[in-house]
Amino acid sequence: MEWFDSGWGLSLIVFLPLVGALILAAIPRANEAGIKWVALITALVTFALAIVVAVRFDYGAAAELQFGTDLTWIEAISARYHIGVDGISLPLVVLSGFITVLVVIYSWNHWPEPHNPKLLMALTMILATGMTGTFVALDLILFFVFFEVVLLPMYFMIGIWGDTTKRIVPVVNWEIELRLYASIKFFLFTLFGSAFMLLGFLALYFKSGDAGANTFDILALSELGRAGVFTGSFAFWVFAAMFLGFAVKVPMWPLHTWLPDAHTAAPTIGSVILAAILLKLGTYGFIRILIPILPDEARNWAWFIGVLAVIGIIYGALACLAQNDVKRLIAYSSVGHMGFVMLGIATMSEIGINAAIIGMVAHGIITGLLFFVAGSMAHRYHTRDMNRLGGQMILMPKMGVVLGFAAMASLGLPSLAGFWGEFMSLLASFNPLAGLSIGLFRTFMVIGAVGTVLTAGYMLWMLRSVNFGEPPAEWLDHDLHDIDKYEWMAWAPLVVMTIAIGIYPKIVFGATNDAVVNLVAKAFGG
Amino acid sequence: MLAALTPIVGLFAFLSEEGGHEVHAGDGGALAEWAWLIVVVPMVITFLIVFFGKHSPWKGWGMATFGMAFVAVYGAILAWKNLTEGILYEGAIEVGRIGDFTIEWGWVVDGLSIMMYFLVGVVGFLVFVYANGYMRGDVRYTWFFASFSLFAGGMLVLVSAPNLIQLIVGWELVGVSSYLLIAHYWEDFDNVDAGNKAFMTNKVADAALFIGVIIMAVSVGSFQFSEIFERIGSIDGFARIGFWAGLALFIGAMGKSAQFPFHVWLPDAMAGPTPVSALMHAATMVTAGIYLVARLFPFYQMPEIQADASVYITIIGAITLFFMGLLALVQDDIKKVLAYSTVSQLGYMMAAMGVGAYTAGLFHLFTHAFFKSLLFLGAGSVIHAVHSNNMSDMGGLRKYMPATFWTFMIGTAALVGLFPFAGFWSKDEIIAAAYHSASSDPTASAWFMVVLSIAGAFVTAFYMARLVSLTFFGKYKGAASPHESPKVMTLPLMGLAFFAAFAGLLNMPGLTQVFTDWVTVRAFPIIEHHATSPSWGLLAIVTPVVLGALAVGFFIFRPKDTQAERDEFRIPVLYPLLEHKYYIDDFYMDGIIRPTMGPIADGTLWIDQNIVDAVPNLTGGAAMHVAEAVNTVDQKAVDGVFNEVSAATGAAGGILRKAFTGRVQQYAAMSFAGVVIIAALFMIF
Repeated sequence: MEWFDSGWGLSLIVFLPLVGALILAAIPRANEAGIKWVALITALVTFALAIVVAVRFDYGAAAELQFGTDLTWIEAISARYHIGVDGISLPLVVLSGFITVLVVIYSWNHWPEPHNPKLLMALTMILATGMTGTFVALDLILFFVFFEVVLLPMYFMIGIWGDTTKRIVPVVNWEIELRLYASIKFFLFTLFGSAFMLLGFLALYFKSGDAGANTFDILALSELGRAGVFTGSFAFWVFAAMFLGFAVKVPMWPLHTWLPDAHTAAPTIGSVILAAILLKLGTYGFIRILIPILPDEARNWAWFIGVLAVIGIIYGALACLAQNDVKRLIAYSSVGHMGFVMLGIATMSEIGINAAIIGMVAHGIITGLLFFVAGSMAHRYHTRDMNRLGGQMILMPKMGVVLGFAAMASLGLPSLAGFWGEFMSLLASFNPLAGLSIGLFRTFMVIGAVGTVLTAGYMLWMLRSVNFGEPPAEWLDHDLHDIDKYEWMAWAPLVVMTIAIGIYPKIVFGATNDAVVNLVAKAFGG
Repeated sequence: MLAALTPIVGLFAFLSEEGGHEVHAGDGGALAEWAWLIVVVPMVITFLIVFFGKHSPWKGWGMATFGMAFVAVYGAILAWKNLTEGILYEGAIEVGRIGDFTIEWGWVVDGLSIMMYFLVGVVGFLVFVYANGYMRGDVRYTWFFASFSLFAGGMLVLVSAPNLIQLIVGWELVGVSSYLLIAHYWEDFDNVDAGNKAFMTNKVADAALFIGVIIMAVSVGSFQFSEIFERIGSIDGFARIGFWAGLALFIGAMGKSAQFPFHVWLPDAMAGPTPVSALMHAATMVTAGIYLVARLFPFYQMPEIQADASVYITIIGAITLFFMGLLALVQDDIKKVLAYSTVSQLGYMMAAMGVGAYTAGLFHLFTHAFFKSLLFLGAGSVIHAVHSNNMSDMGGLRKYMPATFWTFMIGTAALVGLFPFAGFWSKDEIIAAAYHSASSDPTASAWFMVVLSIAGAFVTAFYMARLVSLTFFGKYKGAASPHESPKVMTLPLMGLAFFAAFAGLLNMPGLTQVFTDWVTVRAFPIIEHHATSPSWGLLAIVTPVVLGALAVGFFIFRPKDTQAERDEFRIPVLYPLLEHKYYIDDFYMDGIIRPTMGPIADGTLWIDQNIVDAVPNLTGGAAMHVAEAVNTVDQKAVDGVFNEVSAATGAAGGILRKAFTGRVQQYAAMSFAGVVIIAALFMIF
């Protein structure tokens, strides 16, 4: 297994889906069975390889980068093919593989219109490459490439299979198809952010020349950052530029407005991938790049990140309370949940960053499940309007139970996965990194605690409208079939993992803790 | 990940004999080591019922009841062993590490937790048996027992917790299962709203609980109770940190134990089936708050903490016991009378903790669990018979249902505190402790408690006299033909009546102190006043007060058979105030919930769409106009490329073309151009 451990394993995980996409391109469109099986086998093998990595991973040295390789790539700009996983990225790599498999299974008999399995699966595979690539990249250019690779497939997913209802855009009063509006908005927001991010990367590259050789290597730059090469207004502006790129992706208030539209418009699997993985690219960037490379600047910005995070928590929850659209409600709930993740990061502490990672994983699993269910509901009812729905526990009792479970998990019920991220980031806020304003962060803690109450409020409100009461007359003679077998196969693993992480958080903490402790110690000193 | 996935089951026992209980030195042996089964069995059974319940012999009832019987028997054995040799044991498994904190699931076997295991097991078992009759033919029979089992299981997770994290887990599992049970008949939105109200009220208090746990755990560096008690006294700024932690944790306790002003959810929780009410008001859920304060008693009794904590705990408890008791006077729904009665009795328990009467408060929790579940099941039996919750549809039922009537009488006697029934001993002990506290350290709060606890005894007797008169005496006013309930329902009533009658004998001042010996087996010393002889002076006041209230209540309500007659007995000002529940519910609804869900939420969304989103929309709009004006030619060119692509990719491409008329490329180009300019500037300066 020498070959596997020295870079081939991770490279396979990253590029196998791309190979799958190429194979898909060669299969005729009419051969749907072939398309499905190629997609499924590719996803399964990729996931299996990720599991092999997780099994072979040395948890005693979770702080070290493992399975990596460092090869010359573009010599002219000294960009390198440098990859590897440590305890921070491992859970996210596994999560990406996991979600990709479930998305393919779900798609088995849930094709959005216009019917084109070939293109949809090919895009999904490209997305998988981009996602895992971002999580293993240790070179800024490589990171940037993967980060951007996810952009186009998602843009096409929303634009092609998205919601075709017309929507009048507030302020400017255009009437436009939601999918069109949402996809362009998604594309431009992300592009806007990543352009600045690239700028930051370039600035780091040129500045690193002052300290020796120009480099894009994240580890090398982290060393330089620790040595105090990046300081003063240079560090401030570089941080600001990269912050913008990651904050759009997370998304942090007030850069979040692309998210409700994108999630609402996207086809079911698009929403799931978007919520489960793509949002994490931003938070991962904070942990992998911003904090290690610019630790002092991160400390200066912590209060600002914290403020935006708690605004996101409260604001997202209040926006949810005003929603009548199931998918839009779940989308806004992501703003609140990612607020908790960012609050954890803002504390810059061991517990806070651990909380952020488990929060990311839990949000991926739970919100992924919620979007699956919401998508299947919309598929059956042909509406997402909560005012028209009701009595689902009578119409489709199993669907109702899964929705109820996911909602409870989402509101952070202890014993389910969502609790750890939420509670531990509040705990971290009580005692942030030394030097940060304790009074301010304790205020965040109290506001965040209020946020948990509001979160419970809108989730219960959603359950009341959708699940309970007598079904409205319009649904009674409607042919609504309860959860089918492909849905079960896609959802049951999410339910199991929600419970498993809830009662045995070591599944995540076991990998992350040492790595995070090491990261914080290196960035901010023992 | 195998290493991480393999549960690392590390058992560590800790044994502390500092408690001044030399007699209680045993560690319980295998019995204590295996006590985790008490928690795990009901939880596993919950899963089994969910997946296999419908196809099992008793459709879930059998498994659920077996679970409770197991807990009851195990609890009884532990209780016996604890009384004879004393058990102090704590086991835990590690399930994760975060920073310097260890997260563990564990089980405590000491006097306090054994008392709760026993109580949850015995009361739970009898209520589950009763539910077999009561719930027969219910639309969601199996689902009911799954939730019910989770409810009891959650409570056991809570009381077995050796650390604050597990306590939170149990705490919220109880919360969520109570939500399921209260909203059991969810076809009707009133019931759903009652479930939401319970969940949300508890969640508000839970936010405070979270904060309290965080303050405590971070300050000490551990979630474990034992380490907290050992270390908290010596941390920097203990008095200030302790004050806030104590207050926040107490607010959490107020939510679950329905203390004023968090009491609003409990009366509405009546929407659930009656067995749920019986268990919720007795052994599980509402006792959680009292349990939390009792579990933290070594902390609350530290001098620096006690000075403040005793004041707020006592005052909240006293307000709750008296003013919420008054609300029971004006209810027509028999279950609501009992519900407000529960709130009031919880006030007694909480106030007892406040005046430092640990044993007395727990003793009242213990006896109350039996007689209140008895009263609720009795009420359920009555409701079953007359098909109505309203006392205006009852009357004269003693002739139709003698078993229910007589057991109900025992429960009433125990609740109002008649000698020698259970409540007499426990309530008297609380009043005596309050009096002792007030006379040895005359603070206003202690005297407040003494006066209100005696007044509360009067109110309790009065509303029970009213309830009994209207339900069991006079003429029958209902429509259905009443009948005695089946054996499966009356037998549990008798079982509970046995405990309601005799449980008080465990702790008679000067004669027995079995209960004191039982619950004070703790790893950390409990310092409290404990009466060694009956307080005759107080008895001379309280007993006549109770008898007088019973007589007056009976005299007033016994002959009033019509609503009009009963309406004559309405005190101006007070009656409307009580009828509107002091306007507290209205305030929450109109002052907090409606504004939040209405204007505040809608306003936020409006701001989101019209202000926050205005920048991108306006920019996008402007860019579009510029693009259209300047680049029509270019657009055609791009369109041409798209046509090529469409031809290549088929139908989807056609949609692509329609969807994207080349604008995105232009936006992208423009964004990049902008960035390049900024970049250039950035590089130059």
